[in-house]
This record gives sequence, C-alpha cells and structure tokens, in this order.
Amino acid sequence: MGGVVRRMSETAAQRGTGNGDDRQSGGPWPLLRRWGPGIASHVALIVLWHLVVVLGEIPPFIMPTPWQTLQTLWQPDYQWPGHIAITAGEVFGGYLLAVTIGVGLAVAFTWSRPVERSAMPVLVTLNMIPKVAMAPLFIVWLGYGLFPNMVIAFTISFFPILLTTARGLREVEPELLDLVRALKGSRWQIFIKIQLPGALPYLFSGMKVATVLAVAGAIVGEFMGSSGGLGYLMQSRQGFLDTAGMFMAVILVSLIGVLMYGAVLLLERLVVVSDARVE
Amino acid sequence: MHGLSSRADIAEPFIRMRNVRKVYRTRGQDFLAVSDVTLDVGAGELVSLVGPSGCGKSTVLKILAGLHSHEGGEVVIGRAGYGPEAFEAGRDVGMVFQQPLLLKWRRVVDNVLLPAEILGLPMRAARERALDLLDMVGLAGFADKYPYELSGGMQQRAAIARAFIHDPKLVLMDEPFGALDALTREKMNLELLRIWQDSRKTIVFVTHGIQEAVFIATRVAVLTAGPARMADTFTVDLPYPRELGLKSTAAFGDYTRRIYDLLEM
Ligand SMILES: Nc1ncnc2c1ncn2[C@@H]1O[C@H](COP(=O)(O)OP(=O)(O)OP(=O)(O)O)[C@@H](O)[C@H]1O
Ligand SMILES: [Mg+2]
Repeated sequence: MGGVVRRMSETAAQRGTGNGDDRQSGGPWPLLRRWGPGIASHVALIVLWHLVVVLGEIPPFIMPTPWQTLQTLWQPDYQWPGHIAITAGEVFGGYLLAVTIGVGLAVAFTWSRPVERSAMPVLVTLNMIPKVAMAPLFIVWLGYGLFPNMVIAFTISFFPILLTTARGLREVEPELLDLVRALKGSRWQIFIKIQLPGALPYLFSGMKVATVLAVAGAIVGEFMGSSGGLGYLMQSRQGFLDTAGMFMAVILVSLIGVLMYGAVLLLERLVVVSDARVE
Repeated sequence: MHGLSSRADIAEPFIRMRNVRKVYRTRGQDFLAVSDVTLDVGAGELVSLVGPSGCGKSTVLKILAGLHSHEGGEVVIGRAGYGPEAFEAGRDVGMVFQQPLLLKWRRVVDNVLLPAEILGLPMRAARERALDLLDMVGLAGFADKYPYELSGGMQQRAAIARAFIHDPKLVLMDEPFGALDALTREKMNLELLRIWQDSRKTIVFVTHGIQEAVFIATRVAVLTAGPARMADTFTVDLPYPRELGLKSTAAFGDYTRRIYDLLEM
C-alpha cells in the first residue's frame, strides 16, 4: 500500500520542486519568456556601447567598439589561454581555501563557545583591514606568482562565508532542540541532522557573495606584482594604450566570475530544497 | 490547596507530580516560574493543562519531558522495568509544539522518521510505521512531499505523526493547534481524539483554549497566573466519541464556566 502511495506522490513532488516561473509548458515560449528579457538586455548593452563609440567618434585608444574588442581574441600574441588559466586558478584556489577555512571555522565556533568568543572579535578586527592594503605585504612575504594572489583572493572572500555559515549553524529553533534533547539525542546528532543541513542555504548565500570578492582579490594581486594572468596582461597593455586588449581582459575576468557564480547556483539547486534557499 | 488537586481515584497514576517548583536562573536573577504544581495523570488519559499566558504551562511540560530540572517536590513517571507502565525517559516521550518544526530539507516521511533516527531504531520497520502513521493522520499520499508543499494544518499532522513514530508511552503537546484557524483547529481536535482512542497513549495537552481543553480531555488541570499553582483539576464526565455538537450542551457549558471562574474571567 505504501508503495502505491509513494508512487502517486512522487510526480506531485517533482512538480512542486520545479521552477515556479514556467508553470505553463509547451513549446519554446516559456523558456523564451524566462530567459529572453535577460538576453535582450545584454544585447542592448552591447549595441549601446557600439553606438556610443561610433556616434561619439571616440578614438579606439579611449574606447574600442565591441567588434574591435572581440577581434583581440584571435590574436595569438595575447596568449589568452595561459593568462585565463592563471587568473582562473588564483580565483578558484583562493575561493576553495575561503570555503574550506570559512566553513571549518564556523563549525569550530558552534562546537566551542570559548573559541568563538576569543577568535571572532579578532577576526572582525582583521576584517576591517582593507585587504587591498595588505597585497604589497603578501608579495613581500610570499613572492610573486600564483600563491600570493590566491591568498589575497582568500582573505577578501572568506569572511562572508564564515559569517553566513556561523549564522546558519546558530539558527535552530529552540523547540526543535528540545524535541531532540527530550529523546536524549547527542550533540553530534543535532549537528549532523539539524544544524549542518540547516546551515547549507546560508553557506550558499555567503558563497555567492564571495565569488565576486575572490575575483577582485586575484586581480588586485596581479596588479601589485605578477608575471601572468589577466590583471598582469591589463597592466602590460596599458603602456601601449591597447584599450581593446584591456577591455577584453576585463570581459574575460568578469566571465570567470559569472561562470563561478553560475556553478555555485547550480550546486545550490542540486543540494538545497527550493523552499529552504536564502536569497 | 494541595488537597484540592490530589486525585484519590487514580490509585497508580502514570504521572505523579507533587508540589513541583521550578526556578529559572538567568544572569544571576532567579525567576520563580512554577510555585506549586500537583497533578496525577492515569495511564491512557488525555489531560488538558489550561492557564493564562506565561503562567508556566510549557515549563511543566518541559519538566515532564525531562528537559528541565525542578527544585522542590517530586515527579515520577511510570515505572522502571517492563509492562505497560514501564517508562524510559528519552525513549518514551513524544513532543508536539505550536509550530510544526519540520525540517525544510526533508520529505514529510523523513521528517516523521527523525526521532527513530535519533533513537537508532531499525529503519526499515520505522519507515513502514511512518507510512502507517501518515495514513492515520490523514496524510497518505504526502509522504514524499516537502513541508512547504503542505498547509499549516497538514504540517501539524505530520508533526503529530513524528511524535508517535517511536511509539512513546507519553505524548506532550504544547498548544499544538494554537497557530491554526478556528475551523482547522476543531477538525484537528476531532482527529486527535480519534488518534488518541486508537493508540491509547497518555497525552498531556497544553492549551489556551478553554473550550478546546474541555472538549478533548478526560480531565482538565487549571493553573493560576504565574508562578503556576494548581487552581483545580476536575474530570470531564462526557462520553466519547465526542462530537462538535457537544459544545452547545449545558453540561459542556458548566465545565467551561468552571474554568472561567477559576481564572477569574
Ligand atoms: N528558559 C527560561 N529562562 C528564564 N525564564 C523562563 C524560561 N522559560 C520560561 N521562562 C519564564 O517562565 C514563565 C513561564 O513560562 P512558560 O513558557 O512556562 O509559560 P506558558 O504558560 O507556557 O506561557 P504561554 O501560554 O504564553 O506559552 C514566563 O514568565 C517566562 O518568562
Ligand atoms: Mg507555552
């Protein structure tokens, strides 16, 4: 009997967890209605860019047209793939470090009040330091290359992850705790069954904020001193007034951020029940 | 005062509370939440606990759940060992609160299974029981839904199923229908009575609703404004199964008036 019941409700649950926007299906129209406006506004932005340059008769070394910018992509002397790989590596490495250490600290804080009470104020103070100001120091300490830029990306992006995760772990209904404690449930059971899954939506909201910060951190590091990466490329092209190349570099940096954000969004969709997501 | 609330006709009460006192200690300040509660509950009874807001009802329930210590008096629930009166703290308590408190990321059936997981019960049997319980609370077919796909009343039904999953001897309910609309609430009262009569569990039911208290209970315990003292306990001598029409009878009105008088309203 249970089997029938479950099969019946499965379809209903699938319907329920789907995206709320495209209720009426059939043909490409719902998809178009969902994504069309977003795509159109991007296209409009590019057209506007083009018009401003052409109608304003702006010289290419001040602002290139979209097409001039795009053309730099297939010029081999830019060595795009290599620079992209370096920047992406720094961003991703720093981000991963931020997630690992941010979540690790948040978990440590929920397990030990004294640790939180002593470590949190220090971290808040440290977070007040403008991380950009630390970049030259990191380079003195760690030298040129991928690693110091990764560290800069990490220092900028880890705090929001720590904060949101710690908050999520704390956000448990007291009566739910009563319910588990009345059953003599252990601290570990509360953590693994209630706190940790409950904190996931918060973790993701922190991770989304952190993507932008990690990208900014890596680029700042490359500006300060490096021998590769899109930030390095921008600085080296500045001397030649190669604005088109610099524009392309900025676009590619943003694209790295967008792709990371998209990946986090996708992961969230897979892991977190739609209703539990924190916007 | 105590003589009033002692019950001579329950020879071997399942719950025996005698002159229970509770002091909360917060930031060096002591706060007397319960000054003197004496209450007997027989096995299989459904006792309502009524009293003004803040008088200490939830506190009494938490003491029964073993969540809080108490300063004075004694609390004895069931007996150690085997048999219908055997009681094992932790294993034998189910709880329902005003909010359903379902875990958003778990399907309804997995929410119902939470206590079984915590107690480490055999999961295959527990899952079968969970589906039966969902059937009992009128949620057959909703096992694989997520809480947000259910109405408030349905979520509360799931919470009741969760309180029964480990087959506890004692179910403690703290204003379980307080957040529901009047119509749903009356319906849930009837459902609760049916579930109680099927399962024959001992239930202690905290409520603000005077009508609700009388309608469902075998006995009503009235607490004074905090710190809680027993104002009175009395048996509700109305036959089961009870129907909503009962509420307009004179006998029912006598019981509710008695509570209003005790609460000086
Ligand atoms: N953990 C606590 N620490 C300190 N004081 C508490 C605590 N819990 C409850 N109290 C106090 O004890 C008194 C009784 O609280 P309790 O929650 O038992 O009342 P209640 O009868 O359930 O009220 P309500 O009907 O509003 O739910 C209140 O004055 C409350 O402020
Ligand atoms: Mg209460």
